[in-house]
Amino acid sequence: MKLTTKLLAATAIMSASAVSAVELEVTHWWTSGGEAAAVSKFAEAWNATGNTWIDGAIAGSGGTARPIIISRILGGDPMAATQLNHGRQAEELIEAGLMLDLTDVAEAGGWKDIVNPSSLLDSCTLDGRIYCVPVNIHSAQWLWLSHDAYEKAGVPVPTNWNEFVASAPALEAAGLVPLAMGQQGWQQNLAFGAITIAVAGLDAWRDVTVNKNADTARGPEYTAVFQAVADARELARGSNVQDWNQATNMVITGMAGAQLMGDWAQGEFSVAQQVEGQDYSCLPGLGLNAILDTGGDAFYFPVNDDPEITAAQKELAALLISPEVQVSFNLAKGSLPVRGDIDMAAANGCMQKGLGILADGGILPSGDQSLSADTQTQIEDLMAEFWSGDMPAAEAQARYADLIAAAD
Amino acid sequence: MSVVEQTGGQRAAKARKPMRLFRNPMAKIASIPMILTAMVVFVGGTLWTVVHSFTDSRLLPRLNWVGLDQYERLWDTPRWLISISNLALYGVCSLVLTLTIGFVLAALLDRKIRFESAFRTIFLYPFALSFVVTGIAWQWILNPDFGLQSLVQGWGWESFAFDPLNDPDTVMFGLLIAGIWQGSGLIMCIMLAGLRGIDEDIWKAARVDGIGTVKTYIRIIIPMMRPVFITALVLIASGIIKLYDLVVAQTNGGPGISSEVPAKYVIEYMFRAQNLGQGFAASTMMLVSVIIILIPWAYLEFGGKKNG
Repeated sequence: MKLTTKLLAATAIMSASAVSAVELEVTHWWTSGGEAAAVSKFAEAWNATGNTWIDGAIAGSGGTARPIIISRILGGDPMAATQLNHGRQAEELIEAGLMLDLTDVAEAGGWKDIVNPSSLLDSCTLDGRIYCVPVNIHSAQWLWLSHDAYEKAGVPVPTNWNEFVASAPALEAAGLVPLAMGQQGWQQNLAFGAITIAVAGLDAWRDVTVNKNADTARGPEYTAVFQAVADARELARGSNVQDWNQATNMVITGMAGAQLMGDWAQGEFSVAQQVEGQDYSCLPGLGLNAILDTGGDAFYFPVNDDPEITAAQKELAALLISPEVQVSFNLAKGSLPVRGDIDMAAANGCMQKGLGILADGGILPSGDQSLSADTQTQIEDLMAEFWSGDMPAAEAQARYADLIAAAD
Repeated sequence: MSVVEQTGGQRAAKARKPMRLFRNPMAKIASIPMILTAMVVFVGGTLWTVVHSFTDSRLLPRLNWVGLDQYERLWDTPRWLISISNLALYGVCSLVLTLTIGFVLAALLDRKIRFESAFRTIFLYPFALSFVVTGIAWQWILNPDFGLQSLVQGWGWESFAFDPLNDPDTVMFGLLIAGIWQGSGLIMCIMLAGLRGIDEDIWKAARVDGIGTVKTYIRIIIPMMRPVFITALVLIASGIIKLYDLVVAQTNGGPGISSEVPAKYVIEYMFRAQNLGQGFAASTMMLVSVIIILIPWAYLEFGGKKNG
């Protein structure tokens, strides 16, 4: 009885306060420990303005959440705001007029001058109008190394990809798996992308991924890439885990020498209370090319009939990119902030390395920004087939070039 | 009952033929909602899907015709070809083994053994689990590090190796084990019901004629159980075509793409790759393959009777 009264009172208070404030439902797929902590920074900041954040977390990865989010928008039951990876995923929704135009907010906030790199804002732009707020930068080109494993093998910790490949026999001799690799297409595609940038260099990568030049994909630079990936495939033979964090765990426990994974792997090392430079090392751009891609997350605001909600949506958009919120969110998330004018002194060694590369302009657009989801899926399928079987490097290269030629 | 109705119907038809449509009007009115659902949802949805498979629809459906492009791409995609051959392998093995195991279990239970209901419960129990639970459970059982392999090795047979899920050549058999384990209990129950429907006098007659038990089953009982076999066949076949959740839970298509199935291709190209046209083309091909199997069967089953 007492509980019921309390609940009733709580409901009454909540509904009373809701009269003055606007409730915004926000969907996202940040459900792991670190991610949930990060999203609560957004919620706190929004609630502090007197409005109400209704959390619509969708469990599972983006692959699970995106169809749900998109079908809700298409079905005429839009949420007030939603996370998506900026890039081409929302292109058609914008073209269909389902997303709120944020150009006036962007101009008022001077986003053009503060968003660094500017390509993030370009991904939110269609025909000169801005439709999303970038909130963080995630990069994929990182090699994570286990000091423990190298101690067991009795060789020094490598400082780049070539040294790592050379050190692999010593690791194998010590009974360790040189390269931890989760058996999922997107992880294998991520490794392929990271090796491409390290081996083929930026120009060849840009020509293939951005300009979709299939001749370059058939050329000698990419032959070297596929040879390197075929070598990496042999190094990852003993790795039968599925999820990326299981693979990261192999590095943490010293069962594997290294893993190719994005900067979100950082969170796993922090949770395991490992110290950068002492228990593990990170090599952005695999230690060869100090270049990171600038994928990440952005918030979109589906069009709404209620003018009050539309005003609140714009208010939230401005809040997400404000300096204080950017700092608190990205420190919790382990990602890099989208604006270059804020102080991130509290970040750890790996994040500082990333910030340094960002400040030097060593950036490139992510695959999400250049290739459609359709092409990405086809390449992931190819990579899954290549990594798990015995497909010759030349055959994989030919098929990759065909996919690039057919890409739109 | 059907015999009575049929003769009654024939008599009525002879008397006033055009009124046949209005016979038993209440039953027909009652079935209108279901007829509408079938027409709009199933037939309408199917036509809509087939039509859109000839367009270049991406995230949103649109009528921008591209002819057979989606189908050409589909049949050039290695993943689709692997999916088809996987389904064929799984389908044939599953059909034969489920029917055989289901019938043998039912026949054994029908020999008036002790604790029949206990055995029946045990065999039917897996069917109470969803495919997702089945898939996860068998993923663990077949895991070489803490499943069956390590158990047998722990008993002292050190060289024992049984790791079907991590080998592209054998992964479909790993799925098959789980599928049969889950499905054969239900088929057993249906078969058992069929066996119980066989008149005791048939058995007595066979015994008087001195026909052996196995021969009686094969020559007399099984032909008499034809309708039961058809029911079991339809149940198994529909389970094969929609095979999806077991794969997602147990292997997620891996290793690589060696255990992919058509339904998974459809879902992933429609939603993950945001290419509706490609997904529709694949689902249309699934429909076509079902029709190719169904039409000769329907012809034999229903068309043959008119002649005979």
